[in-house]
Amino acid sequence: MATALRVNMAVGANRSRAKDTPRRVLPGYGLTLGFTVLYLGFFVLIPLSTIFVKAAGLGWQGFWTTVTAERVVAAYRLSFLSAFYAALANTMFGFLVAWVLVRYSFPARRVADAIIDLPFALPTAVAGIAFTALYAENGWLGSRLIPFGVRVAYTQLGIVAVLTFVGLPFVVRTVQPVLENLESEIEEVASSLGAGRWAAFTRVLLPSIWPALLTGFTLAFARAIGEYGSVLFIAGNMPMRTEIAPLLVMAKLDQFDFEGAAAISAGMLIVSFALLLAVNALEGIGRRQEP
Amino acid sequence: MSGVHTQSGRVSLAITESRAIRLGLIGIAVLFLGLFTVLPLVVVFVGALRAGVRIYLSSLRNPDALSALRLSITVALIVVPLNLLFGVAAAWAVAKFEFRGKRILTTIIDIPLAISPVIGGMAFMLLFGAQGWFGSWLRERDISIAFAVPGIVIVTIFVTLPFIARQLIPLMREQGNEEEETAVILGASGWQTFVRVTLPNIRWALLYGLILCNARAIGEFGAVSVISGHIRGVTNTLPLHVEELYNEYNSAAAFAVASLLSLLAVLTLVLQKFVGLHQSGERRSRKAGPEGSES
Repeated sequence: MATALRVNMAVGANRSRAKDTPRRVLPGYGLTLGFTVLYLGFFVLIPLSTIFVKAAGLGWQGFWTTVTAERVVAAYRLSFLSAFYAALANTMFGFLVAWVLVRYSFPARRVADAIIDLPFALPTAVAGIAFTALYAENGWLGSRLIPFGVRVAYTQLGIVAVLTFVGLPFVVRTVQPVLENLESEIEEVASSLGAGRWAAFTRVLLPSIWPALLTGFTLAFARAIGEYGSVLFIAGNMPMRTEIAPLLVMAKLDQFDFEGAAAISAGMLIVSFALLLAVNALEGIGRRQEP
Repeated sequence: MSGVHTQSGRVSLAITESRAIRLGLIGIAVLFLGLFTVLPLVVVFVGALRAGVRIYLSSLRNPDALSALRLSITVALIVVPLNLLFGVAAAWAVAKFEFRGKRILTTIIDIPLAISPVIGGMAFMLLFGAQGWFGSWLRERDISIAFAVPGIVIVTIFVTLPFIARQLIPLMREQGNEEEETAVILGASGWQTFVRVTLPNIRWALLYGLILCNARAIGEFGAVSVISGHIRGVTNTLPLHVEELYNEYNSAAAFAVASLLSLLAVLTLVLQKFVGLHQSGERRSRKAGPEGSES
């Protein structure tokens, strides 16, 4: 297995070297690559570097004191935990929705399939005020939940609810194509060999879809950590209790504390980059599994 | 389940669940989608029309709402073509050529999707704000970017930069270089090759990316909120205007403007679905070869 991989890589390296050396037949290499690099430099790399430069201005000591301040730690904790719960909910329900859409037919299946992408299409501010109206004390759902002692608006539960909305498409859209491409014969063989439905699911299905599930989870998690627009309305934004990290960044900016805002952001950026690399690695695994 | 279905159904019984489980799973999925997508949409329209059609229409005809609408459209009209240019250039470079650092490049393209829009907006404040790197240089020349329309355009470019590129890169990679190389060897110029050979093969994916990019450009909130300065009638986009009305407890007007954005979102979904059907055809016909293209 390991040798096969190494041989494959060697072949790949040879091939790319062979492609590199001869003249390129197609024109536009320098122009398009140059434009791409310039554009990314101006719109992504230079702007983001300002954050690290600004945060570095605090010095290591100052940076550490800023990001370990009580209010900042509370905001980080709330952001990461809420995003984690939402991504978890998205993984469970997203898998279920993908399964139902791929395997069963029912009325309005195509509408359901289209509406999955709503969170990409609907501005987050609109989602924020809609969820707040739904779950507020006098809202359609809020007024029915409060008698049971369940408060959603202006609590962490509300934050998790909007983050679940925001991350909804990621798991569905990564798992759906994998389920569609899965050969049903494998499952049939498993069942004809005497495996029960549940055994076929855990032994045959799960091993082939877990990279997609984990990719979807990571994408939803990354998106939820940074989300601002929808949370702003439903969170209530009480320092220490319902103030997410992007909101705290905003608060620091409003007080012209640019160093503090940059330090908090730098902490979040490091996590975001780590998640981005994780997704890249997972997509690599998924690609290798394809025949 | 009775055996009758086994004879008629094409999917063998061995790999499907009992009727009760199937209905249960469908029920949970539909309930989940209803609760998280349909209900919020309904709430927006009910909230918008609750005070009556006249108030609804007058909220939309309000000068501040109109100027926010104009600004949002202007921003989208500048941002989408620029990111289209970028998406095509990046996809051409990444999909058609081999070079070192390609994976790093595609990862950088994904960065705006992975980081908080607030942080993105702040980065541009640190560049163009009064205390930013170029702050004094801009002030001497009397150019305003932060708290002005150019700033809104720039952060929106940042936020929506990956959408078109991400649609095109995998498709153009899958399609390979043979057709384009043949065209060039037969004497076509680079531009002719792109317009006559590449473009027809990628047009649906391109359109799909455009729709996504446009929806996000109009709906972006966090990044724009940092850099806009919230100047009413000048630097308020539609989503910012919704926030302002909502914070003033003018809920009817807030939901009226929000309903406009929701209509746009629904239109986006419909277009997406339509284009998506063609797009999967684009992919399938490539895999099946030229004979399969009539399917």
